[in-house]
Order: sequence, then C-alpha cells, then structure tokens
Amino acid sequence: MVENAILAELGETVQAALPGSRTTIERGAELVLTLPREGLVAAMRRLRDEFHFEQLMDLCGTDWPNRPLRFEVVYNLLSLTQNRRIRVVVATDAATPVPSIASVWPCATWYEREAWDMYGVVFEGQTDLRRLLTDYGFEGHPLRKDFPLTGHVEVRWDEERKQVVYEPVKLQQDWRNFDFLSPWEGMTTLPGDEKVHLNRIEGGKA
Amino acid sequence: MSGSSAMASEAGPLTSAADPASMSSATGLSNEARTVEVDSHTINFGPQHPAAHGVLRLILEMKGEMVERADPHIGLLHRGTEKLIEYKTYLQAMPYMDRLDYVSPMCMEHSWVLAVERLLHIDNEVPERARVIRTMFAELTRILNHLLNVTTYALDCGAITPALWGFEQREHLLEFYEAAGGSHYHVNYFRPGGVSRDLPAGLTDRIAGWCDQFPKFLDDLEGLLTNNRIFKQRTVDIGIMTAEMAMEWGFSGPCLRASGVPWDLRKSQPYEIYDQLDFEIPVGRQGDCYDRYLIRMMEMRQSLSMVKQCLGRLKPGPIKILDNKIVPPKRGEMKRSMESLIHHFKLYTEGFHVPEGATYTVTEAPKGEFGMYLVADGTNKPYRCKVRAPGFAHLQAMEVLSKGHMLADAVAIIGSLDIVFGEIDR
Repeated sequence: MVENAILAELGETVQAALPGSRTTIERGAELVLTLPREGLVAAMRRLRDEFHFEQLMDLCGTDWPNRPLRFEVVYNLLSLTQNRRIRVVVATDAATPVPSIASVWPCATWYEREAWDMYGVVFEGQTDLRRLLTDYGFEGHPLRKDFPLTGHVEVRWDEERKQVVYEPVKLQQDWRNFDFLSPWEGMTTLPGDEKVHLNRIEGGKA
Repeated sequence: MSGSSAMASEAGPLTSAADPASMSSATGLSNEARTVEVDSHTINFGPQHPAAHGVLRLILEMKGEMVERADPHIGLLHRGTEKLIEYKTYLQAMPYMDRLDYVSPMCMEHSWVLAVERLLHIDNEVPERARVIRTMFAELTRILNHLLNVTTYALDCGAITPALWGFEQREHLLEFYEAAGGSHYHVNYFRPGGVSRDLPAGLTDRIAGWCDQFPKFLDDLEGLLTNNRIFKQRTVDIGIMTAEMAMEWGFSGPCLRASGVPWDLRKSQPYEIYDQLDFEIPVGRQGDCYDRYLIRMMEMRQSLSMVKQCLGRLKPGPIKILDNKIVPPKRGEMKRSMESLIHHFKLYTEGFHVPEGATYTVTEAPKGEFGMYLVADGTNKPYRCKVRAPGFAHLQAMEVLSKGHMLADAVAIIGSLDIVFGEIDR
C-alpha cells in the first residue's frame, strides 16, 4: 500500500497545482485527473515539465450519450523518470472543441485525428484534422454509441459500371442484440424479491 | 545536365578524394555557373508495395531523390475492432486480439487478459503455472516477432538469405503455438484467469531442444548482417531519433531503447513473473536504423534466456483460477455435475460480468508499449476498449525520420520501425 500513498500524495500535489482539477484513484492503483477544457494546454505543459510526465502514450475518446457533456477525451501520460502514470480526463460535447495539445506533444496529432474520426470531437488549434482510419469520403463517426455496428453503406464492385459503388447496407437478417441482463449475475435483485435481497445485503454487512 | 557531365562530377570525388585541390580542378573544368532544376514531385508509395510492410499508403513529396515530406495514409486495414468488441462478451473479444498484431498474437492477448483480470480483481489469484506459461509464450512470441522483423528488414535492404533462414525458425515456434493452443497464428490461448488448457505432454522438451539450437542460428544470422558492409551502409546513421525526440513522439519498446532510453516495462513496471526473472535490457546509443536492428538481435538472446528460466520454473499445478463464474469447469465435471453444466452454459452464452471501472493496462509487447484502455460498465460486454498500438506512434514519426533522406532510406526506416498494420489500423 506504499504505492497507494505515493499516488495519493502525487494526486494532492497535482490537484493543488492545477486550478479546477479533481483527482481520484481508480481501484487503488491508477491515478485519474479530471481537468476543465479551459487552460488544458497550459495544464498539460505543467504536467510535462513540473511533474515529469514526459510521454503522451495514448489519447482516446469515450462516448457517454446520457451525460450532458457526452464525450470524454482520455489522455494517458507516462513519466519515464518517476515511473508513474496518470490519466487525464476532459469532458466535452460534439459542438465544443477541446484545445489541441499537439504543441506539447507532437505525437498527439494522429491521436486527435483518430478521436475526431471516431467520435467527432473537435480539437481547437489542430491544423491537420483530417480523418485517419476510415475510408476517404466517409460520413459519420463510427465509435459513437448511436452509430450502428453494421454502418450505413456497403461497397461492391459493379461489373457494368466497372467501378466500386457505395450502397445503403442491406442486411440479410435483422440485426439482433441479445439482452443478457439475466438474473444469473447481472441482476442481483429479482423482481418481487427486493425485500429478501435487501436483508441479504444488510445481513452481510453486520 | 548532360549524361557525360553528370558522370564526371560524380566520378570526381571518388577518384580524387585524398586531394581536394585536384577535385576542384576535376569538377571545375568550366567555371561557368550551371543551374540544375530539381522539381518536387509526389510519389504514391504503396499500398501494394512489398516494402510497405502491409497496406501502408505513403505519400512522399520528393525533392529530386530526397524525401521532403512523408504523409502516411493509414486505415486500409481498419476492421473496427474496437467497435466490434463493444458488442462482444469479454470471452468473445479474445480472438480479436490475435488479429491485431498478427506477428505476435499472444502478446496482444496478454494485455487484454491482464486488463480484464485487473477489473475482475483476480489479478493476484492467477496460479503460478499459468503465469509461467504466459511469460514463456510472451517471450517466445517476442522472438517470433523479432525474427520476422529482422529478416524482412534485411530483405528490404537487399539480403534474401536471412528471411529464408529465419522463417524456418519461426515455423518451429509456430508449431509450439499449435501444440499449446491448437492454431498456428490465431491461437486464442490466454484466458482471463490463466490459460485455456495445459501444455501437452512433451512440449517442454521440444521447446528446450529448440532453445539449444537457437543460439547457433542467431550467430549465423548475425554473421550475415551485423558486420555486413552493404547492410551497414543502408542502416547506419539512417533515420536517427534522439532520446528527446523519441520521448515526445511517444516511442516505446525497442525503438525507444535504441535511442538510449533505458526503459522496459518488464523491468520498471513488472507484470507476471518478470520481477523474478534474470534478464538485461539492451540499450542503444545512436537511435538509427542499425541500432534498432542491434537491439532486436540482443533482445532475442535475452528472451531465449527467459524462456529457459521459465522452463526451469514450470511446476505441475492448476493453469486457471478455480472460480467457475469466470473460467469454465472441466469437461469431465460437466457430464456429471448439474452446477458445472449450468456454469458452462452461462459462460458461453452470457459470459461473465465485469464490475464497473476503467483501467489502462500495459505490457511490453515486442514492438513497444501495448496498452489496453478498458472501460467496464458492470455488464458482460466492455463499454469501451481502446487499443494503444506502439506502431501507431512509430509510424507517425515517419516524416521527421525520413525528411532529407533518400527514397531507398525511407524503405529502411519503415523496416526498422517494425510496422504491422493489424495493430495500427485496428
């Protein structure tokens, strides 16, 4: 648990140094720092220079459609000299841009392009916000939760026109999504069984 | 520029390099100023070029024969792995991992199982034998990966023999894969909580036998390349990455170590049984293509020693945790016990539920830091799974690495970065 104490200490220092930030420790092992969008670049630069997180290892988006700010941009930083990691989380929505950190770490460019491609998160100050992984001329942002798994278009070779054509997806079989929230492990309280379940939980605590 | 004058100016420095005075007289036959116009043009390198190591489409803006800009277009192998995994149970998502970096499948599985184990809070319960087996196969996989990279890299630089020799050794390793997991490449062998099945009888002896002959092969391979004049001319001082640059471009693994940064996750953030193994981390100095090659060669020797150590540590015992809510019960039990039957059925239809939480779990894959950012929402499917591929960051630095180099050097640089599109495009 020594590691825990070090993480907690680092978390407190970082939180005190960066206004508007909040740190939590995920499962007692991973330090998570929530930052506001404003002043992100300056905060990142301080994390790099003052707290020695020299490397940006990963940057990705996450979609939470039920939240008012539906997207999270997650930065995973690594300190080679201190042998520590920190995860920085910034919330945004489809309309609000997040400041680009490509000026702090040049490798952020492709990760930001990917996040734009996959989620439609706009990065302010990113000069090269082209799509990265999807097809040329692709429409939509495929990793959003409301984007269907099958996509919207399919391609085939048209023998008559001698070219590849894009058409709306035709499914041979209806899309099936099974509901697995069964009483086995997922649903711990059976309908009508709430009282028994409550007793069990409270009995366990005592 | 006429053909003959070009010959003369090129021949000048070669014949009279020792005497600068005669050189100027050789090239300066006529003192009139000549203007040579070199226009920049764009080359479409790939996606179907053998030296592109897969489906890399590289737009090269050339100034004469020098690379001015390099703009990799990736995504031609994008299969939507991350999206697909969101619709699969944790067990069904396993095989996708093999297909990420298809040159080192088990190392990809490794990050996944470690991430899931962390979220399930069973990371301390995995039995010793399973850990040793996983470590051993991770190191065999490292050799598997480096063998392919080094030999095809030599192929890019004009040597054919290493590839022919190396693929024989790879075939032996793939046979071990097949013996353990049932398949040559996409083995799907690791499981959250252990490995899918125990090693078959006699496999450890076969691996030990292979270990005995492998150093001889490595010596032969080094004899072909390390001091080879042509190979060195193609790689030394090509694509130099300083330590600072490597850090800001997100380098990891052999590419970072070649730049002189002593960083290896197996040492600094040990997982599995790496803290009990005795091994060294080779570190380069120049950060050029040749150093990246040397690091990989030395890593293979280290991996070999680790495989031997693992063989010595392999004691009989369970290969999975005993919790049947996560790993399936034994086949024999299923035929007799009703409970086992239910467990089996539920595991292969619904799968296990993973408590809410997020983790960024990393392993030292042969190409570098292979990270798994996994978000669980308490159901049987991952909410979000981001694969952090080391090659993604390496390929991005293609422009800074190749700027000002010749076109042929761009090929050497791509080879030295160990690019595999399965993991970059995902």
